[in-house]
Amino acid sequence: MRLDRAGLIDRARPLRFTFDGVSMTGYQGDTLASALLANDVCLVGRSFKYHRPRGIMTAGSEEPNALVTVSPGQGQDPNVRATTLELYNGLSAESQNRWPTLNWDLLSVIDFAAPFLGAGFYYKTFMWPKAFWERLYEPLIRRAAGLGALNGTAKDKTYEKANAFSDVLIIGGGPSGLMAAIQAGRAGLNVIIADEDVTLGGRLLSDGGEINGAPSEEWLATVKSELAQLENVRIFNRTTVTGVYDNGTFGALERVSHHITDRPKGLVQDCFWRIVAKRTILASGALERFIAFANNDRPGIMTAGALRSYINRYGAAPGRTYTIFGNNDSAFETVLCLQEAGLHIAAYVDSRSDTTITGDFPIFRGAVVSNTAGRKNLQSITVRHDGGEDKISTDVLAVSGGWNPTLHLSCHMNGRPIWDELIQSFVPQGGAIAGMVYAGACVGHMSTAACLRSGSENALSVIADLGAKADPRTLPSAEDRPYAIKPLWSVASRTGVRAWVDFQNDVTVKDIEQSVSENYRSVEHMKRYTTQGMATDQGKNSNVTAMAVLADVNGWTIPETGTTTYRPPFVPVSIAAMGFEGAGKGFAPERFGSTHNFMMERAAPLIEAGLWYRPSYFPQRGEKTWRESCDREVLSVRNAVGVSDISTLGKIDIKGPDAAKFLDFVYINTFSTIPIGRMKYGLMLREDGFVMDDGTTARLGNTHYLMTTTTAAASQVMCHLEFVHQCLHPEWDVSLNSVTEHWTQFAIAGPKARQLLNTVLDEPLKDVQWPFMSCGAVNVLGVWGRLFRISFSGELGFELAVPSRFGDSLFRILIAKAEEYGGCVYGMEALNVLRVEKGFITHAEIDGRVTALDLGLQRLLSQKKDCVGKTASARPGLMDPERPSLVGLKTVGTVKQLTAGAHLFNEEDPVKSAYDQGFITSVAYSPVLERYHGLGFLRHGENRMGERVRMVDHLRDIEALCEVIPTVAFDPGGERTRD
Amino acid sequence: MIKLTAKMPFQNLLPLRIGTITLSDETPAFMTLIDYPDGSEAGVSEALKKAHRIPLAALNRTTRHAENRCIWFGKNHLLLGPEPDEALAKIARLTDVSDGYAVLRAEGKDIEVALARLVPIDLALSHFKIGHTARTLVHNMHAAVIRVSNCAFQIIVFRSMAQTLMHDLMRAMRSVDARASLLKR
Repeated sequence: MRLDRAGLIDRARPLRFTFDGVSMTGYQGDTLASALLANDVCLVGRSFKYHRPRGIMTAGSEEPNALVTVSPGQGQDPNVRATTLELYNGLSAESQNRWPTLNWDLLSVIDFAAPFLGAGFYYKTFMWPKAFWERLYEPLIRRAAGLGALNGTAKDKTYEKANAFSDVLIIGGGPSGLMAAIQAGRAGLNVIIADEDVTLGGRLLSDGGEINGAPSEEWLATVKSELAQLENVRIFNRTTVTGVYDNGTFGALERVSHHITDRPKGLVQDCFWRIVAKRTILASGALERFIAFANNDRPGIMTAGALRSYINRYGAAPGRTYTIFGNNDSAFETVLCLQEAGLHIAAYVDSRSDTTITGDFPIFRGAVVSNTAGRKNLQSITVRHDGGEDKISTDVLAVSGGWNPTLHLSCHMNGRPIWDELIQSFVPQGGAIAGMVYAGACVGHMSTAACLRSGSENALSVIADLGAKADPRTLPSAEDRPYAIKPLWSVASRTGVRAWVDFQNDVTVKDIEQSVSENYRSVEHMKRYTTQGMATDQGKNSNVTAMAVLADVNGWTIPETGTTTYRPPFVPVSIAAMGFEGAGKGFAPERFGSTHNFMMERAAPLIEAGLWYRPSYFPQRGEKTWRESCDREVLSVRNAVGVSDISTLGKIDIKGPDAAKFLDFVYINTFSTIPIGRMKYGLMLREDGFVMDDGTTARLGNTHYLMTTTTAAASQVMCHLEFVHQCLHPEWDVSLNSVTEHWTQFAIAGPKARQLLNTVLDEPLKDVQWPFMSCGAVNVLGVWGRLFRISFSGELGFELAVPSRFGDSLFRILIAKAEEYGGCVYGMEALNVLRVEKGFITHAEIDGRVTALDLGLQRLLSQKKDCVGKTASARPGLMDPERPSLVGLKTVGTVKQLTAGAHLFNEEDPVKSAYDQGFITSVAYSPVLERYHGLGFLRHGENRMGERVRMVDHLRDIEALCEVIPTVAFDPGGERTRD
Repeated sequence: MIKLTAKMPFQNLLPLRIGTITLSDETPAFMTLIDYPDGSEAGVSEALKKAHRIPLAALNRTTRHAENRCIWFGKNHLLLGPEPDEALAKIARLTDVSDGYAVLRAEGKDIEVALARLVPIDLALSHFKIGHTARTLVHNMHAAVIRVSNCAFQIIVFRSMAQTLMHDLMRAMRSVDARASLLKR
């Protein structure tokens, strides 16, 4: 029910929402959990394994039970914690893991079989028969157990990542964090204060109290106002720091728009921050822990601190009659809270016999809650005391087993926490994270005064450390009660009655006992045997209790038992938050050449190579398949002229007095001797002796060369050259620059190539000019450019380069002229056919596993000089005559098709890997030869011309009989190229 | 006679404004990479100063005179604006990359906030002052980022990536603008 107390909700702004289809009302400032409690909804979910009815247990991100699916349907968000989900108008949420409804969950029959389903049950039971696991057991178990699910459709929401930098990152906006922030802010440091709540304040928002003799709200308002005015302080609300990484780097998840009904276009759902800070103050507070007693998981049983939050902050009362069960003085505050709200206290149960509490309600000293009753909501508890047992009617039980410092982040770099006997909990180890200090409850300071003092002291040390000047002011005064606690981890219960430790994974005290009895005694083994602490809450509520129970069963101390490993993320982070920007166009840059618009206008399908988008072919009206377009383009080049944009090939400008020496060192052949105005084909090896890339290099001046690389390997080659220069020969005076983007370059190929070229050159070429493999400067319609006499098609060919701003214009002119001559623009498919017909290699052949010898290019390896990879290429394995070598292939049987990737076998051999003779790398249908021509690697290939081999394509289920032929199938003498 | 027409990388795409941020094309007519042998830095700097009134820029810095700018570019320098003087070519190795890069100006009150979504280094004015530059990433792209005023940056990427740069910037700008519109509610 909703209390009349003000709280922090805005009662003037009611909000409509639905839960499991039932419409309800809450207020601005509510969470879904507080609104449900105010609407008397206590049953919110079913447990993971046994389908036990579960209610709201906490008021923060540690919540194990109240997980809901938001906006069910397309793009639904599963496993959202109702305790941190801000209410908004139109919110639609559904409970999870139940069938058919939350109230009548037929799968709850599993609970009756609980005696047979303890920890280890699955491992032992579903072992046989083996085939049943995937087909039967796993699908059944997955249906019966689990959390919410994605629905398989893409979300229409967007996410982002962002970077932030600060002198000081303060994690937590409670009294310690606020005190630290105000000190560091006043000192002029760049401060980020991050808190997962919607506003700063921490426990002050729930517990109130006094600071400086006035209600803490006044101090909080003053501090928030000052922080907001400090330009050097950034406040990250709704932001959970999720992980700690090297060099002061933190991951943090900001919930940007989960709480907004009508989101502005472009607003993201979450932002995943990378925060880099010189120093960090961890002020993450503490989480209240539970006590394991029989049937402690019923709806209506919650932590004492959570109950105070719902009453004080949200004005939401989860019941009418309240009992409190604790082992420490902080539970007293709950009494005051209930009394102020005018709520009925049925009993106060304290496990300590010396508790000093007094009040006009039944007080059980030295007593424990030994059992509870009530299926879908708590109805009564049983109190065991010296005089026996009493049954007390109640619908809410507030439990406080003490406080666990929220030290998770201090352990993300392999630090281990240390046991503090005084507060009966682990505290972070100093120096566990470089540059991180701890303030407030996260290091065991439990009173408000101690938190303020700790926050201030840590800030002052950080300020001094960073060389800034502090602005010392009087520390605010506040409540400074000691935190007295006597450990109580679990209450012995009757045999067969379960006491829960891990609520989210349904792990009980009995399961931990079972683990030890099976000799899974270490904490890491127990965790894996029982699955304790492995759910979305990562055991925030249960870890310390589980370790204490394990210690007790083992007969060890808690420090001897130790902890499991804390790992990021502190709260669940959706994959979308981390990866959304890598989807679609965000995956990688799209490189568009200067002729991209032309290609789009001609509806050319694009293929990506080295991030460039290149045209596959240029369809014309009436052409129904790519082959029709490709064949037409190939025949045009062979019979008239074709123009293709080859700008994407890497172009590396090499200058300096040692340029020639440098090239001789990176290529297997010699470049220092080629004359200016000439170019040469070159092969480059990796250090291990295998071929890295091939291309041509032109000598443009005495100390000036231009290297071309394949498109896909351009950046690899550039890196390699820089490595050679910077690491192997830094003494050589040479400079390397990529000019790939500066030049747009077109291949002009075919019998009418010179004719076409002359239409755009200011001084037309004469037949004797520009012999094969020559190069130089030309003027192209008034623009300075470069001309290379080279061919990748086997035709009379030129490559004409102009600055890229003129690329589009020149391309359109050339193609219009080419079409007048009966030629056309051609794409990558035709380019591939032309080069396969000529036996020219690409990275289909030089795939990183082949040598110059394999390619039949060993003759290029100069014996007069050293080069990168030369020594390694002479290793016996790389010179083995058994290695497959490059050959051509054509079909000779009834099947006329060749396929790339198919393997080769001797005609009579079995088709087994042991008999493998090689494989096919490239295949093209030649419209000129009217057959397929293939390139591939075949054992002893160069000596097997005319032999027959079987091609077997296991993927496409194709077999063909082939004849081994030379790689060059068209114009083997090269007359057409050389004019 | 037919003439070739020039088309710049951001032609017909810029200027553009989303929220408080405006993108505009600042690709200059000439861009030249300057390399030089070890030990000749002082001479090259002097020659550059003599020719274009700007010295070589120090590490992570730029130098400027009027519209001419010299940018530290990692392993060499990039001269933006003037056609390099012939005298400079005698002492330094010059490589014309006028059509190799696209230069975009991003300006506006929220530009730091938008770039924080794309650039993984600290671009705060207190740290990254006017005239500072860095070779860094813009989302997935290698880029040079230069602060040119209190609320303006130049971003230099490969010419072919101009549209991707715009795509990435516009996504960040829309997000920042959407957040700003929330505050106005």
